[in-house]
Amino acid sequence: MTEFTPFLSALGGALIGLSAVLLMAVHGRIAGVTGILGGLLPPKIAGDWAWRAAFLAGMICGPLGYALITGGMPRIDVPVSVPMFLIGGFIVGIGVSYGSGCTSGHGVCGMARVSPRSIVATLTFMATTTVTVFLVRHVFGL
Amino acid sequence: MKILSAFAFGLIFGLGIAVSGMIDPAKVLNFFDFAGMWDPSLAFVMGGALVVTAIGYRFVLKAPHPALASSFSIPTRRDIDLRLVGGAATFGIGWGLSGFCPGGVVPALGLGRAEPWAFVAAVVAGMLVANFVESWRMRSAHPA
Repeated sequence: MTEFTPFLSALGGALIGLSAVLLMAVHGRIAGVTGILGGLLPPKIAGDWAWRAAFLAGMICGPLGYALITGGMPRIDVPVSVPMFLIGGFIVGIGVSYGSGCTSGHGVCGMARVSPRSIVATLTFMATTTVTVFLVRHVFGL
Repeated sequence: MKILSAFAFGLIFGLGIAVSGMIDPAKVLNFFDFAGMWDPSLAFVMGGALVVTAIGYRFVLKAPHPALASSFSIPTRRDIDLRLVGGAATFGIGWGLSGFCPGGVVPALGLGRAEPWAFVAAVVAGMLVANFVESWRMRSAHPA
């Protein structure tokens, strides 16, 4: 069980949106984590790697900011086995490369621009995620 | 200034991921578990982010150029191809297996636990394999 948190979730979502709007206003960039990270990886390391690294470093400090405000780190629980989790990560890496984006780039920034590619991508990954969770939990019982 | 502002915007993003609960794979997986312990919270994360971004972009994109850059870098493609759909479908399978997506796991690196670092290493490995396969395919399709 995880607690239903409509208010905090909407507030957190609004902060993600604020970050996306500011990054566009100041840098002219899409706040897509796949794209930002991809520009740091060979064979296509981008010339503008510095802002990308700074944005990711800021993201990593997010929980610290959270702790400063609330007095404690956010709690997480990884409810899957290590092999499944690592295979999942590898599959995510392949998928976001070919799909040109993930939840942030397509799901937030692209959907906000009403980009047809992002709408199709978001509906597609939401559907396959739902089917995967169903199969894992209710068919294979992992 | 560019570095500092990028860091600050990343911090706001990471704070949003932490506050919203998207940092927690258990919460993310429960959102997709309609047949089990369904937790609708993620819909509120997406809703909050979309409303702010959609309204904000409308104002921001009216400017002649971004504050610290010469132009807006916005994808212009509109075609739906197999790569896009296949890639997105594949991403969803990985997300469903693990509960982490790239935007959710990067802030989780700051929690001081091992799992997020292992997950990011696996994601980077997948991205590198895809990049190198594609650059190899490009080279064999168009020999210099």
